[in-house]
Amino acid sequence: MTDIFFANARLIDPAALTDQPGALLVRDAKIAEVHEGHPAPPKSANVIDCGGMCLAPGIVDVGVKVSEPGERHKESFRSAGRAAAAGGITTIVTRPDTSPAIDTPETLEFVERRAQLDAPVHVLPMAALTKGRDGREMTEIGLLQDAGAVAFTDCDRVVGNTKVFSRALTYARSLDALVIAHVQDPGLSDGATVTSGKFASLRGLPGVSAMAERMALDRDIALLEMTDARYHVDQVTTARALPALERAKRNGLRITAGVGIHHLTLNELDVADYRTFFKLKPPLRSENDRLAVVQAVAEGLIDIISSMHTPQDEESKRLPFEEAASGAVGLETLLPAAMRLVHAEMIDLPRLFRALSLNPSKLLGRRSGRLQADAPADLVLFDPDAPFLLDRSKLLSKSKNTPFDGARLQGKVLGTWVNGLRIWGDN
Amino acid sequence: MTFRQQHLLGIEPLHPTEITTILDLADSYAEQNRRRVQHKNVLAGLTQINMFFENSTRTQASFELAGKRLGADVMNMGMQASSIKKGETLIDTALTLNAMHPDLLVVRHPHSGAVDLLAQKVNCAVLNAGDGKHEHPTQALLDALTIRRAKGRLHRLSIAICGDIAHSRVARSNIMLLGKMENRVRLIGPPTLMPSGIGEFGVEVFEDMREGLRDVDVVMMLRLQKERMDGGFIPSEREYFHRYGLDAEKLGYAKSDAIVMHPGPMNRGVEIDGNIADDINRSVIQEQVEMGVAVRMAAMDLLAQNLRAKPKEVMV
Repeated sequence: MTDIFFANARLIDPAALTDQPGALLVRDAKIAEVHEGHPAPPKSANVIDCGGMCLAPGIVDVGVKVSEPGERHKESFRSAGRAAAAGGITTIVTRPDTSPAIDTPETLEFVERRAQLDAPVHVLPMAALTKGRDGREMTEIGLLQDAGAVAFTDCDRVVGNTKVFSRALTYARSLDALVIAHVQDPGLSDGATVTSGKFASLRGLPGVSAMAERMALDRDIALLEMTDARYHVDQVTTARALPALERAKRNGLRITAGVGIHHLTLNELDVADYRTFFKLKPPLRSENDRLAVVQAVAEGLIDIISSMHTPQDEESKRLPFEEAASGAVGLETLLPAAMRLVHAEMIDLPRLFRALSLNPSKLLGRRSGRLQADAPADLVLFDPDAPFLLDRSKLLSKSKNTPFDGARLQGKVLGTWVNGLRIWGDN
Repeated sequence: MTFRQQHLLGIEPLHPTEITTILDLADSYAEQNRRRVQHKNVLAGLTQINMFFENSTRTQASFELAGKRLGADVMNMGMQASSIKKGETLIDTALTLNAMHPDLLVVRHPHSGAVDLLAQKVNCAVLNAGDGKHEHPTQALLDALTIRRAKGRLHRLSIAICGDIAHSRVARSNIMLLGKMENRVRLIGPPTLMPSGIGEFGVEVFEDMREGLRDVDVVMMLRLQKERMDGGFIPSEREYFHRYGLDAEKLGYAKSDAIVMHPGPMNRGVEIDGNIADDINRSVIQEQVEMGVAVRMAAMDLLAQNLRAKPKEVMV
């Protein structure tokens, strides 16, 4: 393979937290050299003139739902892979909340085979923590880990039985397996579709107190003190959960936290007149919560931003709000939506990519997510300012349930490379 | 006359002058309804379909009567027994009905927002007859008309709404309407039956009923649903009646000419003492039922006028 030289780039380095002009040499699917300024390209290399645009490590998106097996009409590995490529995402970490759930090495192998065949990006599968995601018996964590599962999660279901969860954490600890949990007190949040408060009451929708998140997080933190397991919260979305997270980290527990892009860019009022594309799990929060969570990402308390990509077809969304399915697609809108935070000067680009690329990669023990020699050449080239109107019918995802339909966004992906191969953009 | 709405989905989108327009017209229908000949043919040739996805006798009868008195062809569809049970979605039901070209669609649905959703898919006028815990606009309008007739005005009154506010669409619509018309609204009930964020509604909240009723002009009682009485929200029926049931002693804290209202059907001995409900000097509960027909006639008349003003689109 010919060397590729990315000249005239604005390098976004999330490890050094720098944003400066530079160039990058890719050799044998890896980053070989990183240069500051504008050095002359080597003779033999294929030169890509970045035109001063941003070059960053490709996004590692933890918690992507690809609806295979079970609901391929909503999203397949091919469509999700192409959508990811278009969104500058070079690794998708897939959720096991398919039908059936990914809870045996056999189903995991199916996922890996399908991904290998159809997806242009890296696919790292997660497996369920309990069989059928039922919260009763733990899955074969060891066998699943050997088969390639990078983390164990029941996705949006909370393991309500504390004994079951503590055993699963203890067992996972012995294998140093990563457990990813959703924090939402199951009793308090039962039946809720929005966050309680004035808006929920005005709309007459069943609400859950934002406190339900902290309650579940507090329980899990106590279990971590008992078990010393490696643990990640999929989404921290409320201000009140942040002090608990901060304390747990300070006390040296092996805890990290993520947040979905929609909770960073939208609030509960966006539901407006029962718009079901804004029905998410957990539900959208107040503006104060949103601002607190954005700040926590900028400060590094919340480690990871992900798309929480959840494809739903029109039939499951065109229903009265309480009956409609939760979730939104996000692969293609993750970066432009996140750029809203940059343009609002709430976070800078290196810190944004720390949350999008570096931290998730570290969490999963990968070498990607950084602009360093010997790291895999997973890269995204984007124009941070290019404005556009999002038209959901143009999305590459099979499902079009984006809350950003018709939204004005800035930030366009010009090219995506996986292992030095261009999978998006014109050569 | 000012009434620009295409549908009547709730009180929230209405301007105060639109509320007054409906009430003024309803007043004239109330007089007409008391005459021997009650018919007026303003809806002649129009088709009204009542779709009730949730059981109702009183509201459905009231809408039916209102339509018939104005000359509409009225059809009732009990949606509980229909294709919804066969798995048809609300939108498909709406499209099916739309193909029959109704002019007025009266809808009640157990889910908040369902009537709004349906209104987006049809090209006739939609009246919300109650959606989940969201709104019940004609109930609030008939309550307003009843108050206006009894008190001679619909502003600067002190009005207490008592009971299960959290689960009540009647309360939501009333809070909004009475607020828009510049009244002081007080909410009385146990905290477990108060909606979240109630402090931001511009109302006063009381847990002590006597304190809440002090010097009010209007006492509006709400129905306590049977399923809320089993210890989940309140300890028991008798404790509820003891603390929040309206009896003569508690009513004594209100103004001496305060009126008592209830949207019905009543649970005598749970939220209201039977003697008070029957006291013709205080209770306007029967008048509320009467005004219900008048208000629904007015609302349908106004919507039909707006419907006629625009060319009928044919949706294929």
